[in-house]
Amino acid sequence: MYNIKGYLDACTVSEAIELLAQNPNLRIIAGGTDVLIKMQHGQFQEAELLSIRTLESMADIKKLEDGTMIIGALATFSQIFNDPIIQAEIPALAEAAVSMGGPQIRNIATIGGNICNGATSADSASTLFALNASLRLESKTGARLVPIREFYLGPGKVDLKPGEILTEFRVAPEDYRGFGGHYIKFAARKAMDIATLGVSVMCKVAAKTLTEVRIGLGVAGPTPLRCVEAEEFAKGQEISKDTLAQIGKLAVKSTNARTSWRASKEYREHLVEELVQRALKTAIVRAGGEELA
Amino acid sequence: MLKKISFTVNGKALSLEIDIRESLLEVLRTRLGFTGVKKGCGVGECGACTVLIDGTPIDSCIYLAVWAEGKSITTIEGVASKDGELSKVQQAFVEEGAIQCGFCTPGLVLTTTALAESGKEYTREELKRELSGHFCRCTGYNNILKAAEKSLKPEEHQCACGHHGEK
Amino acid sequence: MAFSVVGKSVQRVDAVAKVTGKAKYTDDFYERDMLVGKILRSPYAHAKVKKIDVSKAKALPGVEAVLTYWDVPHLKFATAGHPYALDPSHRDKEDRFILTDKARFVGDAVAAVVATDELIAQQALQLIEVEYEVLEALTTPEKALGEGAPLIHEDCERNILAARGYHIGDVEASFAESDYVIEGEYETSIVQHCHLENHISYARQDSDGRIIIVSSTQIPHITRRIVAQALGLPWGRVRVLKPYIGGGFGNKQDVCVEPLNAAMTLAVGGRPVKLELSREECMIDTRTRHAFKFKMKTGVSKAGKLKGIQIEAISNTGAYASHGHSIAMSAGTKFRPLYAFESIKYDPVTVYTNLPAAGAMRGYGVPQIQFALESHIEDIVNKLGFDPIEFRRRNLAGVGYVDPLSKNKVYSNGLAECITKGKELIRWEEKQAGYSRQSGDRRRGLGLACFAYASGTHPVGLELSGARIVLNQDGSVQLQIGATEIGQGSDTVFAQMAAEVLGLPMDMVHVISTQDTDITPFDTGAYASRQTYIAGMAVKKAALEVKEKILNFVWGMTDIPAEMLDLKEQNVVYKHSGEVVLPLAEVAMHTYYDTVFAQPITSDTSNNARVNAMSFGVTFAEVEIDLKTGKIEVKEIFNVHDSGKIINPKLAEGQVHGGVSMGIGYALSEQMLFDEETGKPLNNNLLDYKLPTIMDTPDIGVAFVETEEPSGAFGVKSLGEPPAISPAPAIRNAVLAATGVKFNRLPMNPQRVFEKFKQAGLI
Repeated sequence: MYNIKGYLDACTVSEAIELLAQNPNLRIIAGGTDVLIKMQHGQFQEAELLSIRTLESMADIKKLEDGTMIIGALATFSQIFNDPIIQAEIPALAEAAVSMGGPQIRNIATIGGNICNGATSADSASTLFALNASLRLESKTGARLVPIREFYLGPGKVDLKPGEILTEFRVAPEDYRGFGGHYIKFAARKAMDIATLGVSVMCKVAAKTLTEVRIGLGVAGPTPLRCVEAEEFAKGQEISKDTLAQIGKLAVKSTNARTSWRASKEYREHLVEELVQRALKTAIVRAGGEELA
Repeated sequence: MLKKISFTVNGKALSLEIDIRESLLEVLRTRLGFTGVKKGCGVGECGACTVLIDGTPIDSCIYLAVWAEGKSITTIEGVASKDGELSKVQQAFVEEGAIQCGFCTPGLVLTTTALAESGKEYTREELKRELSGHFCRCTGYNNILKAAEKSLKPEEHQCACGHHGEK
Repeated sequence: MAFSVVGKSVQRVDAVAKVTGKAKYTDDFYERDMLVGKILRSPYAHAKVKKIDVSKAKALPGVEAVLTYWDVPHLKFATAGHPYALDPSHRDKEDRFILTDKARFVGDAVAAVVATDELIAQQALQLIEVEYEVLEALTTPEKALGEGAPLIHEDCERNILAARGYHIGDVEASFAESDYVIEGEYETSIVQHCHLENHISYARQDSDGRIIIVSSTQIPHITRRIVAQALGLPWGRVRVLKPYIGGGFGNKQDVCVEPLNAAMTLAVGGRPVKLELSREECMIDTRTRHAFKFKMKTGVSKAGKLKGIQIEAISNTGAYASHGHSIAMSAGTKFRPLYAFESIKYDPVTVYTNLPAAGAMRGYGVPQIQFALESHIEDIVNKLGFDPIEFRRRNLAGVGYVDPLSKNKVYSNGLAECITKGKELIRWEEKQAGYSRQSGDRRRGLGLACFAYASGTHPVGLELSGARIVLNQDGSVQLQIGATEIGQGSDTVFAQMAAEVLGLPMDMVHVISTQDTDITPFDTGAYASRQTYIAGMAVKKAALEVKEKILNFVWGMTDIPAEMLDLKEQNVVYKHSGEVVLPLAEVAMHTYYDTVFAQPITSDTSNNARVNAMSFGVTFAEVEIDLKTGKIEVKEIFNVHDSGKIINPKLAEGQVHGGVSMGIGYALSEQMLFDEETGKPLNNNLLDYKLPTIMDTPDIGVAFVETEEPSGAFGVKSLGEPPAISPAPAIRNAVLAATGVKFNRLPMNPQRVFEKFKQAGLI
């Protein structure tokens, strides 16, 4: 039995926004895998829930004519993993999606919830960072688009203002077309686990050169992050073991890992250096580059 | 707060007033008596409470009962035929020694049933991935995997000419 | 000897019930007006309850009772699931009350509420006001043993529960005669059973005022006694029922929730109360596996003969004794029939700390000591340049070994054959050659580890098992046993044994799976891998008695002497020819309805076993190590067991799979973590506690070397616990072979591996 005081079902986005405006205490619930578990652990009580789970318009995954990829905030991880467009266009996101939790969780947990709870370990986050995804937030006063890198404010804190609902993620064509990508989740277990480190790399290759590299990391700092210095360095570099090694080293500079009972700062940094290289190796091949021995 | 919901459980249409605070697990177990749905953690970590909702495996402990409105739910009690004949999946679990204490069994049978009914083919690794939302502490999973593989194998059938072949 | 049912992989008797969801577990006995019990737990690891105010909680509508230390009987009791000892010096340490006035670990039960529903109960807990006097949290044995450390239990000086060990021979003399004396230190971690069904019971009073408890327990008869002791009731006033249970692994060989549950129903006039622990509670307030630290020192001759061994052990028993020092003693006892040491000096000390209580867990101290011993043997082998397989083989104690302390004699020992088989299965020679010179970031290695284990607890504990068989009118039988089915398949193997003796097919043996202490024959329960061996003999005895009675009855019916008769395929037959004399069903009808001679045939027997058979086995493991990430993966693993005659190969294989999987978790990932300062648990849930998923579990190879054990029914020996013992050291030894790095501390998780590799200059 959950400690729920009130429960409302919104039938449309505008109804949801209206209800939120009327009662700022409402807590949005979608898949429930985050909210209900927190309630079970007593993290909040007497909740007034606003369910948006039946807003089908928010569950679509589609490609607009201009190539913009739209991923509805209510798309589940299973849906993302199985989606033919995602698999064809952004396989790294499919990899991230299938690495999350276990099948039953993936069948219900939504990508919007994964991002809105603000955890640095969110499996979809590092890839969305690498994709320069932006978030569409709707409220009574209108809608705004926020780049995902600006959405995270701190551990467990996101830029979701009272009255706002995250409706979709957008990825611009120039942010995925021509890129090869790869996501590595490093965790104690191969399933049902939280990442010790999440590494998502996207890259573009021309001849034997890296023309663009984007590195998104989870659990390498209080929020997901990008390795800007390493990315800058990578641009125009010839693909070699040595280049990768330098990118790995530079990636560590952008991190702000901490020691917890899960892993030490030193170990996480070591993993960043190593796994960025591994992810990049695969991403290069997917971008059409040659496989490094 | 009470809410009336209508849904189908194991093929039977039901309509009942539920407390909005209840999980589907609670409603199925205590209100409807489907005690084959097991509670192992209450927070979606173990998979023991898995049921099929419109054919999809879901942890019923972190699924509010109100969400079941209009859904078709299958619990372990709805897997065997009405005359008690075990399904192919159940039979495979029995034959392969995939059952020990039995507490994870209903959930695993249901997930395997969903995989079998999907009509998709799975590699061994994919099958492991699809079963990975269920903890089992007794079997070391080896015989569970064998049972799942057996469940998904196309039926062997005998032609009139007496040849064995795959359907 | 040829058997018709024994030795066959017959289907589990409970398979259909379990696969259809019809099998009833404790929580499935739901009653509509059932009240809910909840426990208020201490946030401090070590604190006195100075004041407790329950008035607000009591006033909350829906709250039926609130209990504290001051509301329950002040009778100290022990919780370990051991048979009662008439000799007070052999009893377990009585160090608990139903609710405490001094918290000894984070999560200790200081109060409890009974309410009409879970949320009200939860809310009531928040309304209880407790004033604590916080004491220093002793989160390690070192802290607990330290000068001036506060006492966790006032009657245990230096927080030492016990420090009893033993000496066999003169270890100093052995060292003096040895060519080498080698030392090593090893450490194991606190892990948890993680049975899928948490601890749960429900209790009510019947119309006579007796307390009825339905519980997920491995030990119903012992639970009855301990509940009665804790409440100060005559034992007959308590009735315990054990339905199907969702795993135990030793954690339900302890009385964790039942006494409080009984106190709860008494507080509400006997109404039914359910007491169910959440996963988070279950992981701290039931039992854990004792963490050990070992110092080993071994003398070896040039020829590679083990001479003497000195073992110092510190066992961390946590806040309460539970099985306490028995674990350390079991560890120090069960390895002895493995290698032929001339002398052994074993000095264990079991220490209280402010952590959750440790108790019984699959292997009972032996996974701990074997991790240390088999790692130590490997270190010796490495240092002196011996072959790890031959060195072990050369030192086996073998058949005929008589334990100098217990006087148990080894009548069967197939370990040498197990080693040969395991070596072949993993293709040791072939692979070893390929792994001798490796470079690169991925390394492979092979390792092995052996073990010895007992079947039951004789001569330390009483080994008593009851069985009852009733011949039904249709020629089928009912089989009642006090031994408990906890998933391991004991009901099935007992049915096989009865079927074998009585010439029946499996479906003519009806096993009553539920134990009810009012009805069920007395048995102490599922632990010590005892049931197939001890209760199996009781079943065989009961079946033989029924058989004798049937044949005698037929003698009366037909004038054919009983000695000429036998039972076969549901018939009474001539022994010499197999010719049918009478169908058993016809005889059975006469035993019930013959107007002159009717006398239904039953037997009700007990086996007081004063024997103990040693079982043996070996793990061979192949690992691959990702040097850069510190991830160790088990590529192949084989467990080869000598468990005597295998009654049901399929079920036996399942026991090995499960044990090995647990062993792999023990080796690589599992560990309960606590804040060193405060003792707060950090990972008491299934997400953060890393038991393996199906994706983390490799194919597990299983083989048996079937010896004939004369002391066991049909030649059987123990199997339930042994598979969990040797995987961890075998994996550790394989990692050593691959990398040259010694991991002397469990688990070998990536963080630890990274640290050690860094130290070793590998990365």
